[in-house]
Amino acid sequence: MALDSKIPEGPIADKWTNYKNHIDLVNPANKRNIDVIVVGTGLAGGSAAATLAELGYNVKAFCFQDSPRRAHSIAAQGGINAAKNYQGDGDSTYRLFYDTVKGGDYRSREANVYRLAEVSANIIDQCVAQGVPFAREYGGLLDNRSFGGVLVSRTFYAAGQTGQQLLLGAYSAMNRQIGRGKIKMYNRHEMLDVVKVDGKARGIITRNLITGEIERHSAHAVVLGTGGYGNVFFLSTNAMGSNVTAGWKAHKRGAYFANPCYTQIHPTCIPVSGDHQSKLTLMSESLRNDGRIWVPKHMKDVEAIKAGTLKPKDLAEADRDYYLERRYPAFGNLVPRDVASRAAKERCDAGYGVNATGEAVFLDFASAIQRYGKEQAHVKGLDENNADLVKKLGQDVVKNKYGNLFQMYEKIVDQDPYETPMMIYPAVHYTMGGVWVDYNLMTTVPGLYCIGEANFSDHGANRLGASALMQGLADGYFVLPYTIGDYLSDDIRTGPIATDSKEFEDAEKEVRERLEFFVNNNGSHSVDHFHKKLGKIMWNKVGMSRNIKGLTEAISEIKALREEFWKEVKVPGTNEEYNEELAKAGRVADFLELGELFAKDALNREESCGGHFREDSVELDGEQKGEAKRDDENFAYVSAWEYKGEPSDAVLHKEELEFKDIELKQRSYK
Amino acid sequence: MNLTLKIWRQKNASDKGKMVDYKVDDISPDMSFLEMLDVLNEQLINKDDAPIAFDHDCREGICGMCSLYINGEAHGPDRGVTTCQLHMRMFNDGDTIYIEPFRASAFPVVKDLIVDRSSFDRIQHAGGFISVNTSGNTIDANAIPIEKHDADTAFEAATCIGCGACVASCKNSSAMLFVGAKVSQFALLPQGKVEATDRVLNMVKQMDEEGFGNCTNTGACEVECPKGISLENIARMNREYLKASLKG
Repeated sequence: MALDSKIPEGPIADKWTNYKNHIDLVNPANKRNIDVIVVGTGLAGGSAAATLAELGYNVKAFCFQDSPRRAHSIAAQGGINAAKNYQGDGDSTYRLFYDTVKGGDYRSREANVYRLAEVSANIIDQCVAQGVPFAREYGGLLDNRSFGGVLVSRTFYAAGQTGQQLLLGAYSAMNRQIGRGKIKMYNRHEMLDVVKVDGKARGIITRNLITGEIERHSAHAVVLGTGGYGNVFFLSTNAMGSNVTAGWKAHKRGAYFANPCYTQIHPTCIPVSGDHQSKLTLMSESLRNDGRIWVPKHMKDVEAIKAGTLKPKDLAEADRDYYLERRYPAFGNLVPRDVASRAAKERCDAGYGVNATGEAVFLDFASAIQRYGKEQAHVKGLDENNADLVKKLGQDVVKNKYGNLFQMYEKIVDQDPYETPMMIYPAVHYTMGGVWVDYNLMTTVPGLYCIGEANFSDHGANRLGASALMQGLADGYFVLPYTIGDYLSDDIRTGPIATDSKEFEDAEKEVRERLEFFVNNNGSHSVDHFHKKLGKIMWNKVGMSRNIKGLTEAISEIKALREEFWKEVKVPGTNEEYNEELAKAGRVADFLELGELFAKDALNREESCGGHFREDSVELDGEQKGEAKRDDENFAYVSAWEYKGEPSDAVLHKEELEFKDIELKQRSYK
Repeated sequence: MNLTLKIWRQKNASDKGKMVDYKVDDISPDMSFLEMLDVLNEQLINKDDAPIAFDHDCREGICGMCSLYINGEAHGPDRGVTTCQLHMRMFNDGDTIYIEPFRASAFPVVKDLIVDRSSFDRIQHAGGFISVNTSGNTIDANAIPIEKHDADTAFEAATCIGCGACVASCKNSSAMLFVGAKVSQFALLPQGKVEATDRVLNMVKQMDEEGFGNCTNTGACEVECPKGISLENIARMNREYLKASLKG
């Protein structure tokens, strides 16, 4: 099947408006006869469910957590971008569009990104109206901060808990509709398959995680807002339950999977401390507004710090290597994430890592504390030369901005980041790849939509900070509610979809067989055993730096691990009870397939772009020597993979990317 | 560290349940409490025993999914943290640790250490929102300036993660801190004032119907709250409730 991205005609600034003016609508009375399933209740799923219910559709929403409020969007820290230009620093829709396309290393679809930038300002209006308590200035207006890869302040925030506040906003909008009976909420339900009838997505099969009951749910359209697949690496900043199952089942039912190898390794996370570790914790990119990243210049100081004979705060300025400021003077500590992560890896690989494992660099707030302290002392008419006072005042400002992050760090690492610099290292954070969707956010399966992190559409090969929240809410509040109406306008006479058809029966049978296989397999190793092994292969061979040899090995190792998993996995208990191991087994089985496709995609893409860095594709000379080298002539396309059984049989379809409004050029942050 | 664990095991909601003893060895002080339970579960699975069921997800103290009553305290002995942020360095080699579910009649046990907190959701359905459509066709976000102090106080109330530690810690199993936090968030913002009367009346009514107890100003909730939600929120809710009741 040829890919049709369905991008509307016309100048880029008019596409969305023209599109909205010409789509088919469903009248309010008919909406009452149409059912929509929304899987996942994070920013994308939650906002979509609430909006669709407000419009009048009957919504059934599903989440695997015990409440929609717990979806992992809640953990997003730093902020949300919007082209409001409240700071008067030159921001505009075009500039947000441009920054996002450039930040994504020219691997995203222009029309989608422009639309995202266009609706971004509205998100902030909407959230304030809902009672989201964004940070404000003393004059009562909204405050902004800066994020990586941009030269303006366009990020709105709520301390280090912006995701929490936005999600609770979407959750409150859902609650209003649940209270009115327009959303029927299914908590602790996991989607285990998509059901297609006559080629269209018409329902899902779920498992009640408490009772083990397998249920059939039908609808006129199905929306997946099920998040990213970073947990394929086992260790990531994702929640323990975050998984690819919904997207992968959709893939198996005909939805193409796009750019699986585009993964964001976030530069500032708390380093791994040991084999017991179950997850990694992010320290928000917003910290790079005020924190400076460094390692010692000299190896003797590295060794002294590791041995504990030298305190990092006592190392003289002249002996520190602020390597981001050195390499990228224009953007300094606020280079995009992929660039910052690779730079940290480069220093640590060269032996300058500052902790016992050699995989950590410093993120230092001492100069920010000084700067803020002096400013506060000046404002309050106090003595600017009183070092203790300045430090105290400065720490108060930093606490006000990032208090919860500093507390998280202290609890995990048992060190006080107000006194000694944080130690950080890159970790898997976000997946730009995902289910392929057209301009309407519909997958290659008619009636099956995919929104938020679960789809691939807006971030290209690298996502800029504070853009995930923007995309999730844009998709759910402002884009999908229009585009899905155009599709559903054909369904006003369809009537309820029966769940006793053969298609539902077959899908349910497959789901049951797989669950029964797991509980009866009596293998020798737990699910986590396999998941950890998969994670190690992914991190070592498909991680921050990739080469042909490693990727080829990864493909065969993952395949072998998958075969061993199906022979040797051990799942205690039964299907008819709360059984977390059983739920995990299904998720890891899907990760074991996705992981191989991921490596295959990385092998196919013989260029470096964004988060995908190929060692055989770097700039060899000039100002950009050693930086990632893109190959626009051969790889300016989206890789959309079609399922054909084994991941090795997956067929590649190319969506050629056209850049009409932005000139393709070397991404420089120097 | 080597530890003895006394853990509540209960097969399902109708089972009677009992404490069972377990031993775990070689626990690193850098592990989180849940990672220690992961180690125990791996042991149990390898011995063909049923692993301990407990709720958890983000493991960074924000989703509110993890619970656990550890040595008689919600989220354990540390302050300002959830169980997933509690680290084993808070304990000593040779300790015996008691692990139970959050106990309240409005939080029935589902299995082992997992409880059903859907009563919290139902309170939110009754009024935990501002009735504005999500079409985005509203006024500009900066059209109404909000005093920084009010915005900050609303934010502090809104940082509640809905974990239920307040209820578990209260001798009356009261949910006033949880409900007070939501009522306060909206009462402090101009956008929330429009329907403040109905909101507080409906939420309190639902709270009572769910079987939560009343507040007797003991303050245990505030002490155990992992997010430091202030008792002032209960006072504010009481004021709002009184105002609303007089208004009728």
